[in-house]
Amino acid sequence: MTSRLTARDLALRYGDRVVSTRLSVDVPDGALTAVVGPNACGKSTMLRALVRLLRPVEGTVTFDGTDIGTIAAKRFARSVAFLPQEPSAPDDIRVRQLVARGRFPHQSLFSGWSEADQEAVTGAMAAAGITDLAERLVQELSGGQRQRVWVAMALAQRTPYLLLDEPTSFLDITHQYQLLALLSRLRDEGRTVIAVLHDVNQACRFADHVIAMRNGAVVAEGAPADIVDAALIKEVFDLPCLVVPDPVTGTPMVVPTVDRGSIA
Amino acid sequence: MTATATAADSTGSTWGARRPLLLLAGLVALATVMVASVGVGAHFIGPATALHALSGSGDPNDVALVRDIRLPRGALAIGVGAALAVSGVLVQVLSRNPLGEPGVLGVTSGAGFAISVGSGLGLTVNALGELLAAVVGAVAAAALVAAVGRRSPLRMLLAGMALSSVLTGLTLGMRLISPTVFDKYRFWSIGSLAGREQAPNTMPLLVIAVAVAAALLLSRQLAAVALGEAVAHTLGVNVTRVRLVTLVLITALAGAATAIAGPILFVGLIVPHLVRRAADGSVPWLIGFAAVLGPVLLLAADTAARVLLTTGEVPVAIVTAFLGGPALIWAVRRYGVAQP
Repeated sequence: MTSRLTARDLALRYGDRVVSTRLSVDVPDGALTAVVGPNACGKSTMLRALVRLLRPVEGTVTFDGTDIGTIAAKRFARSVAFLPQEPSAPDDIRVRQLVARGRFPHQSLFSGWSEADQEAVTGAMAAAGITDLAERLVQELSGGQRQRVWVAMALAQRTPYLLLDEPTSFLDITHQYQLLALLSRLRDEGRTVIAVLHDVNQACRFADHVIAMRNGAVVAEGAPADIVDAALIKEVFDLPCLVVPDPVTGTPMVVPTVDRGSIA
Repeated sequence: MTATATAADSTGSTWGARRPLLLLAGLVALATVMVASVGVGAHFIGPATALHALSGSGDPNDVALVRDIRLPRGALAIGVGAALAVSGVLVQVLSRNPLGEPGVLGVTSGAGFAISVGSGLGLTVNALGELLAAVVGAVAAAALVAAVGRRSPLRMLLAGMALSSVLTGLTLGMRLISPTVFDKYRFWSIGSLAGREQAPNTMPLLVIAVAVAAALLLSRQLAAVALGEAVAHTLGVNVTRVRLVTLVLITALAGAATAIAGPILFVGLIVPHLVRRAADGSVPWLIGFAAVLGPVLLLAADTAARVLLTTGEVPVAIVTAFLGGPALIWAVRRYGVAQP
């Protein structure tokens, strides 16, 4: 496993609130990685550190061996794209206009709108399946459509790395699977994709690599079949469960053993 | 699928291709209003006569009127119109609030307050003093608002509104106590270009020109910032710096306009809405169009202000307020409809 994006001994905190003390992680190249863990376990915080939104108090995040804090902002933005949780679009912006803003890192002060820009925008909209929505106002769209528009904006950035913070939250189940299928396709095309996911079963079904976190630390990481078992779920989520093969894919599937009234 | 894709692309590029033409149309409109504004007033001058007068020939009265009054006043209208409209675009894009206008940052009330204090203390004896007081007041108010609201655009707007109310109240108090202040402020408080061409305006006009150019250079980064802090940051934009520079530009533009003409409402609010469709989602074009349409509106309003009443001139701010009220309702309705 090679890794261009790595974090070593990160100490992360927001003001006085310590999230992580010694967090190390390697993002495997060309894989779809899922980060799972209970609420407030530091998944989002780790992602924000990997994309320079949060500066580590100690430790470094490196990309191709260079401390990402020292890479020029636009250059880094041509390598790594990030979609935060629930981004909000300005009023009155159309789908193709929002997607086009993903081209910012490729444009200079005086450069016009190039063929490459147009191609990237058209391609990103096609990949995200929103070509038909190009002329619609973003605020008129459903949650699922809007999420795909934002993914298209990140795709228009044409980066080898794409990080997404809970991209399936607030989507209905159909749209969740559509989005996960899209992420798999992007991986198949050679991108490295890292997504924070809430649903462990979805993570096992779609991801090549799972990073399980608790209390700001990595508890286990590896292929879903290698690491996801009842003991891990108990340790990470404090949830008694059975882990059985997914009837569709054979990947691990978590079936909680709590029933009505039995949870403390 | 492919057919739809082509259709979507072509509508996109049609709008894109239309923008230079629309800009040209705007410039033609600006030239037309400029000619009209030189001709129209208490004393009418035909375009041919005006052209002669411009080159220095013909009736010396006409020459003086065109060269010393009408033309400089037209230049002021262009500068003030562009400043208000562009600062309006900057406020609305930065705060993501379609009802934002430069006044909400406290710039206008800061200038008014400083002029009242200045005249109360007997400092603003001439046009230059008044200008300086307005600039100092505008900058101080904006700096205070920016310091209080630096964490978020919403906090900034709230701080601006609060400061505006306080300053307006204080100004009102001074006006009631001191007749001198009342007299001074009475003329200043209704924005007008009448007679302002006699003041030393080179500096504020220069500030406006530089700030409009800087706004154009900043526009792409501003478009990224409008997508929210996290997205803008990962697109490679230094969000803090862009916000700060934008604030400085808003203050410079609104401050210079207010210093020249006093408070003129609604131009900064309305022009961004009028040009939004033409700009088609491009912040650079939004600024470009605003820099042309703002002058057209203010020049037209200023020209109309000279002849609307037979008894004499109406201050231009009253004309823009009359236009702005209905336009504001139109804008609110439009946004009400667009909600999902």
